[in-house]
Amino acid sequence: MINKENVLSQSDSAASSSAIESLYREYWRANIMVVSALLFVWFLVSFVFGIFFSDQLNEIRIYGFKLGFWWAHQGSIFTFVLIIYVYSTIMARIDKRLQSKLEKVD
Amino acid sequence: MSAQGLTYLFVLISFAVYIGIAIWSRAGSTKEFYIADRGVHPIANGMATAADWMSAASFLSLAGLIAFMGYDSGVYLMGWTGGYVILALLLAPYLRKFGQFTVPDFIGARYYSKYARVVAVVCLIIISFTYVAGQMRGVGIVFSQFLNIPINWGVLVGMVVVFMYAVLGGMKGITYTQVAQYCILIFAYMVPAIYISLLITGNVIPQIGLGSVLLAEPDVYVLDKLDTVLEELGFRAYTASTKSTVDMFAITLALMIGTAGLPHVIVRFFTVPKVADARRSAAYALFFIAILYATAPTVGAFARLNFIDTVHETEYSKAPSWVKKWEDVGLIGWIDKNSDGLIQYGPGKAFEGKLNFSKDKGRGEFGERKVVNPGSNSENEIYVDRDIMVLANPEIAQLPPWVVALVAAGSLAAALSTAAGLLLVISASVSHDLIKKTFARNVTDRQELYYARVAAAVAIIVAGYLGINPPGFVAQVVAFAFGLAAASLFPAIVLGIFSVRVNKEGAVAGMLSGLLFTFLYIVYFKFLYPENNQADNWFFGISPDGIGTLGALLNFLVAITISKFTKPPPEDVVNLVKKIRLPESVENN
Repeated sequence: MINKENVLSQSDSAASSSAIESLYREYWRANIMVVSALLFVWFLVSFVFGIFFSDQLNEIRIYGFKLGFWWAHQGSIFTFVLIIYVYSTIMARIDKRLQSKLEKVD
Repeated sequence: MSAQGLTYLFVLISFAVYIGIAIWSRAGSTKEFYIADRGVHPIANGMATAADWMSAASFLSLAGLIAFMGYDSGVYLMGWTGGYVILALLLAPYLRKFGQFTVPDFIGARYYSKYARVVAVVCLIIISFTYVAGQMRGVGIVFSQFLNIPINWGVLVGMVVVFMYAVLGGMKGITYTQVAQYCILIFAYMVPAIYISLLITGNVIPQIGLGSVLLAEPDVYVLDKLDTVLEELGFRAYTASTKSTVDMFAITLALMIGTAGLPHVIVRFFTVPKVADARRSAAYALFFIAILYATAPTVGAFARLNFIDTVHETEYSKAPSWVKKWEDVGLIGWIDKNSDGLIQYGPGKAFEGKLNFSKDKGRGEFGERKVVNPGSNSENEIYVDRDIMVLANPEIAQLPPWVVALVAAGSLAAALSTAAGLLLVISASVSHDLIKKTFARNVTDRQELYYARVAAAVAIIVAGYLGINPPGFVAQVVAFAFGLAAASLFPAIVLGIFSVRVNKEGAVAGMLSGLLFTFLYIVYFKFLYPENNQADNWFFGISPDGIGTLGALLNFLVAITISKFTKPPPEDVVNLVKKIRLPESVENN
């Protein structure tokens, strides 16, 4: 009986540790996804809008601003703040999800 | 009370606050001295990071750069803020999770090598000292111009104040003084900006004021006015670009990854309690920084407009008093090329060579200070130093004396807070990385704390010496600090987190090649052959200011390639990398 229990709990803990491992992998993958998406936005507003296409965007005017100039001098800064805020919020949620899934495994 | 009396008052009050905080928050252990016991609230850390980051250069020079560079100055605006996105997404949370005291700590542990740690320390010290010399100089300049104290005495006073709170309080003292300094500097920056925005556009929010119409001409937008006025004078339009796209790209990216790789900024994220706090704190930090950085374009544009308005085609004898004041200091110079007694402003240099006033204090026909240099053959008659824009702004807009005094206290806060942050990472890397972790592993915590204080004191003396006897190339070394941070530390840290395969051979070779390449490129074009410093001679059209981008790329390539052909890191290092990728809440599972 005792032996049988031992074997059972061993295979149990092996199963749960591989489940935990896969949860960690899933967490890291989610993290990479979030970071890549946000870095894409970062690149878009600063380099694409503010530099590469600033001349074309300068043809469009909003209020007293030429759009390309605005992205280079103000718009990208505002977006950067937003990016970090969104990152911190989403990651807090992903952290929490991981924790609750881990508790279920236990 | 006179402007000078008020300035003394404001500066003395702010110094009393800093020293009071230092005494209240004395550090008793190395953990307190290096990372403030990890007890700093994310909002406080955000403010401290903002003050740490915004130096005398941000406070004084940024608006001037924007005023005279127009659109092109976007490289600084985006570069010095966009770096925080990289820092927050790619570095800060993982380094906080790693949870040691210094940046070389991480490099040393992740690349399981004393050698890698020492290379990181060398990079850190070069970067931080180039940076700190400029700060002490900034302190001296503010003292000399607002309080009529000789520059050298100003530097000495600054040294004593920083000594008090950095040596006593360590990171803990620095953090809370930086919070106070942030409040002072942001208030000092915003008040004149709001005033001027109201005067010119009637709009109370300076960021919106930049896009508004002029009060004086209700159907003309500020930026259009600036474009027209500049084009009439023969300049490029304010909103037009002059740099090549590839160079704009390279400089912006180099400044961004350089910012993310600056040790004194990274280490601030070691002081918060948890990983989640490091992320939140980065958002707060950039928010607090953005308040100033998004205001600077307004200050710059309005300053340029005001400057042209009050100076161009004005009789010298009737020029406003600030022109003469800054002429006396030697930061404005005038030569009447067409002998009409009027000041003409236009493109091109006013004088040949570096401005040099005649020693016998001789005055010209109209009472102007005589300049020794010959006038150039452009029609521009007036030389104006870019750095005076923020300092002169309250006077140009005729703001009350207390605003002038506030700006003085604000610029001192900006310079001192950055200097203190830099001195701390220097002292920590000496006492912790070199003494404790490399050469004398058996020192006790108390001894290490003692060494840290001695190292901070020595660093302050060296910084003060550099401030009093600035190497002639202070202006050019900014490219160094950012280029080297981008090309050496940043890639090593990012690879250390996002790759389990990069090993010590790869990282060390990467750091050294990035460092060496960037160093030589800058030295070649800025010091050895400045006459060759033209787009035709640059690699891929990238100027020395942007070369950190190529240096970083080289570092990445070398590190990855060499790691591929050498043996992978040991298992405990792989486990370390896996560990820093997870939040601490799952630690016990």
